[in-house]
Amino acid sequence: MHIPDGYLSPQTAVPFVVAMVPIWGVAVKKVKENLRKREVPVLAVGAAFSFIIMMFNLPIPGGSSAHAVGAVLLAILLGPWAACIGVSVALIIQALIFGDGGILAIGANCFNMAFIMPMVGYLMYKLIKGQADAISTRGIIAAALAGYIGLNVAALFTAVEFGSQYHLFQTADGTPLYFMYPIKVAIAAMLSEHLTLAGPVEALVTALGVWFVGNSYPELVARKQAIMFNGGVADNV
Amino acid sequence: MFKTYKKLWLVLSLFIVLSPLGLLATGTAFGEWGSDELIDEVGFIPAGLEKMADLWQHAPMPDYSIQGFAATFGQSALGYIASAVVGVLLVVLIITFLSRIVKD
Repeated sequence: MHIPDGYLSPQTAVPFVVAMVPIWGVAVKKVKENLRKREVPVLAVGAAFSFIIMMFNLPIPGGSSAHAVGAVLLAILLGPWAACIGVSVALIIQALIFGDGGILAIGANCFNMAFIMPMVGYLMYKLIKGQADAISTRGIIAAALAGYIGLNVAALFTAVEFGSQYHLFQTADGTPLYFMYPIKVAIAAMLSEHLTLAGPVEALVTALGVWFVGNSYPELVARKQAIMFNGGVADNV
Repeated sequence: MFKTYKKLWLVLSLFIVLSPLGLLATGTAFGEWGSDELIDEVGFIPAGLEKMADLWQHAPMPDYSIQGFAATFGQSALGYIASAVVGVLLVVLIITFLSRIVKD
């Protein structure tokens, strides 16, 4: 899901970079307000985990590959804005040091995997979990579904971003200038890979992650519930 | 930093060691083909794409490898683990640095 440079026109890539600036600004502000000092190591290890999980390429029949992201797990544990910071840092390092994902495409890649994915995943998690305990059956199922949906919505955004290039940017004779397949093809390919393989892996990673952290460090999942019960503060957002 | 959440760091270390499993999927992800792969996959390199594709050529460990040390699977695996270690260290350092803005 790491869009390389050249797949998006500058007219598309640059606005995403511009859009990420206020998003990062809000994320820093929210994290400053809500993240406790002793949660910083959790954000560090969580962002590092996201970095690593993206290295686990999964073979897709037909010679392609895909991977999970870990963004929804971070969003559940620390809130979507902290996840935005953590995954953005991982993505920027991947682009600069490892050439994975473009430089000008950093905006779009962060928008998809570090903003859309944790936000959608977090909302789905809250919606499905309701008042249930984080490590109850319902809580764990909510985490799995949130991971699955979050990753697939991010894949859909990615597909629409590069797929639209085919229709928007062509030479006079109709040769595509950037991404070279129609949007339908892009969506079909991205969704088939993420709905069938990367999505279930994301669901597993998210559910096991919440289960493991919830059992090892109950305070990390319990604190937010305490806040919720004491007057319904939108917890850790 | 490491004492409080020891189990999380241990799990992270385990994932670093296991990371070469990610090399078993040799196919390139959809929409991430390099220039040579584009020729095979699509038959041509779009003009606009070609201009921008090499925007960044300074990645010190391209494709999570040690340059000139990827002849065998063993070498690639070591390069992959080294990349995982470097990536984790950088991410942890940057988050720690950014966290100075976080008040208790």
